[in-house]
Amino acid sequence: MEPLVIDAKGMHYTPLNKMIREAVASGVKEIVLNNVLGQRFIGNGLRGDAKITINGVPGGDLGMFMSGPECEIFGDAEHAPGNTMDSGALFIHGSAGDAVAHSMRGGKVFVKGNIGYRGGIHMKEYEDKRPILAVGGTSHAFLGEYMAGGLILIFGIGQESAVQDRGIGSGIHGGEIVIRGDVNEKLLGVGAKKVAFNEDDLKRLTPVIKEFCERFGIDPSSFLDTNYSRIIPASSRPFAGKYTWE
Amino acid sequence: MCGIIGVIDRTMSRMDGSSIKRALSLMDERGSGEGAGYVAYGIYPDYADCYAIHVFFDNLLEPKTMVDSILQKWGRIIHQEEIPTYDQPDLKKEHIPWRYFFRPYTDLIVGTTNPADDTVKHLVMTVNSSIEGALIFSSGINLGVFKAAGWPEDVANFYRIEDYKGYIWLAHNRYPTNTSGWWGGAHPFNLLDWAVVHNGEITSYGTNRRYVESNGYKCTMFTDTEVVAYLFDLLGRRHGLPPETVVTALAPPFWDEIDDMPEKKEEFLRTLRLTYGPALMNGPFAIVVATKDGIVGFTDRIKLRPLVVGENGSRLYISSEEAAIRTMDPEVQTIYMPRAGEPVIGRVMV
Repeated sequence: MEPLVIDAKGMHYTPLNKMIREAVASGVKEIVLNNVLGQRFIGNGLRGDAKITINGVPGGDLGMFMSGPECEIFGDAEHAPGNTMDSGALFIHGSAGDAVAHSMRGGKVFVKGNIGYRGGIHMKEYEDKRPILAVGGTSHAFLGEYMAGGLILIFGIGQESAVQDRGIGSGIHGGEIVIRGDVNEKLLGVGAKKVAFNEDDLKRLTPVIKEFCERFGIDPSSFLDTNYSRIIPASSRPFAGKYTWE
Repeated sequence: MCGIIGVIDRTMSRMDGSSIKRALSLMDERGSGEGAGYVAYGIYPDYADCYAIHVFFDNLLEPKTMVDSILQKWGRIIHQEEIPTYDQPDLKKEHIPWRYFFRPYTDLIVGTTNPADDTVKHLVMTVNSSIEGALIFSSGINLGVFKAAGWPEDVANFYRIEDYKGYIWLAHNRYPTNTSGWWGGAHPFNLLDWAVVHNGEITSYGTNRRYVESNGYKCTMFTDTEVVAYLFDLLGRRHGLPPETVVTALAPPFWDEIDDMPEKKEEFLRTLRLTYGPALMNGPFAIVVATKDGIVGFTDRIKLRPLVVGENGSRLYISSEEAAIRTMDPEVQTIYMPRAGEPVIGRVMV
């Protein structure tokens, strides 16, 4: 089947998203969106196994509640791509704004460039659902804030140190944040602790590292070692004593 | 949630308002149709030495007679007219926008190095706090605010914003959360040369308001952003702090960061924080402030509101969304996200 090509130039997001939804419902497996600029909620709540190519800069909440489809974005993304995403994937070839993978519950968000503040805020996991946020560049402050599950992986390509902003894992009570190289203890948020990244961790994450590198045409060999820091919850209830006294 | 965008052409080449209208309208989702506005610098070259006083009148009888007489007491009205407006189906004309081109007498006020500015500031405070049915919402030289309660495109079309040409533009789309939407509560807020657009809430408003009111300002617009314009006027104009320092005073580093700084810097920041404690702004915000010399954008220290910067040659853009910048300038060269609390400054090159 030929891919459905939509010229989104100047189009409001409502008709655009209706077109996408109707196409997927009618069995279209591949959609190409050209001249995308600022249209919000693309792929919002979309189910199935469609593949959507987005050329341009989509608006906020890309792939929100999405369950299954795969979106590849040739451009930057705005705030909260992958918001509460259930499964599927976002492959962003540029950078993204604040709150990337906000409350994400499954699937993958790969960002080749940088992400803004609060990446992976309140990501969660349940049984075999384990969301992954992987970032080629760096992240601003409060990475993995209130994180409850899943994996955040920061490569820091082209950076002196992979993450330089404060509040990493502030309020984290589940999941793990893996950052290339060492992380200054001062940058850890309340409730986060740094532990060694060992051979078992590397074995576990090798498929993710390889997939990320393959997707963006990066040689994975220089990333397949244990030169990472692993940041995990210091306890499962970091604020247990904050509002109540036991 | 609100949407903001600002642009400066550092060579002072003037742009008409059509592209910022498109950019702001792209962010309609960030507002609720209860307030939008624009400010442009360099729009009144024919009256380049006059204060352009924009007023919302409820009617042209009592309030206007009173404003006419107070202006004539404090200076000369060089020209005055109704600001041209064009009916829009979805915008109710609740007030009559009027403009005066005004030259204040400079010998009626003492104890100031800038009697003209201080006279106009006094007039704005007096009119807005004591004349019912009149509100001065713009009072700078060779600049003008155009705002109303409505959607970005409706407000722009109401004033035909594309008929104005400025080298700095700021625009704002409002989503009022703490107080109701009305014409005076729309952004930009202006006093003299300062114009402010703001996304967020100033939770320290009470403290900040007491501070500016103890320095002769009166808050009359029922919303927090007004206080930012007065803080910039107080620290930037009257105390003479450079814009970087004003931003540092309003959104300073945390104490633990200050503790780790080299001694001289630590001492400076400690002194600044102690001196300007009541000016410190708390809460989530992204703000762009303009003067005739440039624009500065900054966010709160933990970045609870978005801010993106774009550059293309002599043009610097600051906005809530990257797509808005690309709508204004599809050829934009660099896009980046500034750090929390870090001022982004675009100055005119003279």
